[in-house]
Amino acid sequence: MKDYILKFWQGLITIIIGMRVTFRHLFVPAVTIQYPSVKPELPERERNRLYVNMDDCIGCDQCARACPVDCIDIETVKSVPGDDLGVTSNGKKKALWVTKFDIDIAKCCYCQLCVFPCPTDCIYMTDVYEFSEFERENLVYDFVTLTEEEKVEKKKNFEEFTIKKEAEKAAAAKKKAEEEAAKKKESGDQPGEKPPDNKE
Amino acid sequence: MIYDWLHSMTGSAIAAAIIQSLLPLFIFILPFALFAVLLERKVSGHMQDRLGPMRVGYHGIFQTIADIIKLIQKEDIVATENDRRFFDLSPILVFAGSYAAFAAIPFSGAFIGSNIDLGIVYIIAVTGLVVAGILMGGWASNNKYSLLGAMRAAAQIISYEIPTLLIVVTVIMITGTMNLFTISEWQTQYFWNWLILGGPVFGTAKLLLIPLMIISFLIIFLSTLAEVNRTPFDIPEAESELVSGYHTEYSGMKFAMFFLAEYANMFAVSAVVATLFFGGFQSPVGYLGNTFGAKWLIPIEQFFWFTSKGLFFVFVQMWLRWTLPRFRVDQLMAFCWKYLIPFAFVILILVGLITVLI
Repeated sequence: MKDYILKFWQGLITIIIGMRVTFRHLFVPAVTIQYPSVKPELPERERNRLYVNMDDCIGCDQCARACPVDCIDIETVKSVPGDDLGVTSNGKKKALWVTKFDIDIAKCCYCQLCVFPCPTDCIYMTDVYEFSEFERENLVYDFVTLTEEEKVEKKKNFEEFTIKKEAEKAAAAKKKAEEEAAKKKESGDQPGEKPPDNKE
Repeated sequence: MIYDWLHSMTGSAIAAAIIQSLLPLFIFILPFALFAVLLERKVSGHMQDRLGPMRVGYHGIFQTIADIIKLIQKEDIVATENDRRFFDLSPILVFAGSYAAFAAIPFSGAFIGSNIDLGIVYIIAVTGLVVAGILMGGWASNNKYSLLGAMRAAAQIISYEIPTLLIVVTVIMITGTMNLFTISEWQTQYFWNWLILGGPVFGTAKLLLIPLMIISFLIIFLSTLAEVNRTPFDIPEAESELVSGYHTEYSGMKFAMFFLAEYANMFAVSAVVATLFFGGFQSPVGYLGNTFGAKWLIPIEQFFWFTSKGLFFVFVQMWLRWTLPRFRVDQLMAFCWKYLIPFAFVILILVGLITVLI
């Protein structure tokens, strides 16, 4: 009988204790963050979407080589002597036209390994993390600042330049050969003379 | 009384009675259900350190209206193996049971659906329809979980009616009437006259009654809580065991009717508890209408006090929901038969002795 009354009493008391706890929680400020309207504060070294500042990019391809999942795809074209590419913000001279700089962010594993090798600090992680898309193709980010025509133009320029150079080279070689031939002729008359060093 | 006013306005007793009977539904139950669902979600949220609904309107105040619009739009799914007739009848019966209980509840000094002398007993009898509706719904669903839930509900509601009735009989012995309106009037204004503090008659009987009345209030509160299937007595709907019990198979407006009935029931039992032990529509501190000499203000104040008391007990039900875990079936039955009923019997005998001897 004593046990029975005790049980009843304990049940009552524990309910009251429990109710006190829940009542206190009624006034505890909610931990909810109203996400789309209120953004949570991100940690200091968060790694999110990559961004490339093409003004600073020298097209060195180091980021693409560092990438463990090969999500960066870079193509460059050499500049021709007359082109003015400007300098990067830390004073490096640009020598390459970047005709393709694609980052497939769908493949990206956010390891940040591409960020460290960059000599001009032009590839970095931004704090943007809301970039979902309906089509996977939209996740391939194209950072190139050149237009299609410019790309074609630069390629053509370089090709023309190479052709010109080849021609110049060929002409130079021809000239040299002719000169050599002439020299040989001359040296035929004067045997024993050392032939000119033409290792070049 | 509003009925007399309606009678003189319409000139027909039948029209007045129909309007009178529809008043609680449209003036009270529907707005209350909308409010209570929101309150439930807000209370649940804040007790778990969340915010609850926040999107629709300021702090989500239109959430339930959006929910109702959604439920109206929804398809009414009926499985091929359902017993169509009873399947359709069940939500109506459940809602009718809980709605009928409002007929004898005195909302204020000027409004009571039907001032019948059987009052409280009528309420307990008519809420028995809910059991029939639930059992019917569970059976007609042709789903083992629904049936299990319905059977548990039937067992639980019928068991817990016994302590409820015993306490009601105790109260009837003190007040000498079953009419809820008279019981409310009898516990005149000012809170020390309420039955929880021994009633309005001063003397040794009042002092002796106070502890007994507090225990009987606890018993009737817990047993009515079990009758409306609220946590910790929600084993008929136990989401983690039985999907959601007897209304698993229901969708759209039929589900909404079960929902409405549940919230109407919550208020009905709170109102009964408030009427029996907390003075019903009586103000705890006196009426402004009396101080200012404005008699027309009194019924409005009484309505305010009545709904406040009812809402407070509804809040306590929600509060308990987030405090206590669900009972096991055997624990539930043990709690009723081994604790509530013996205690209720002891109180019945003691109160009987007090009323006879003192």
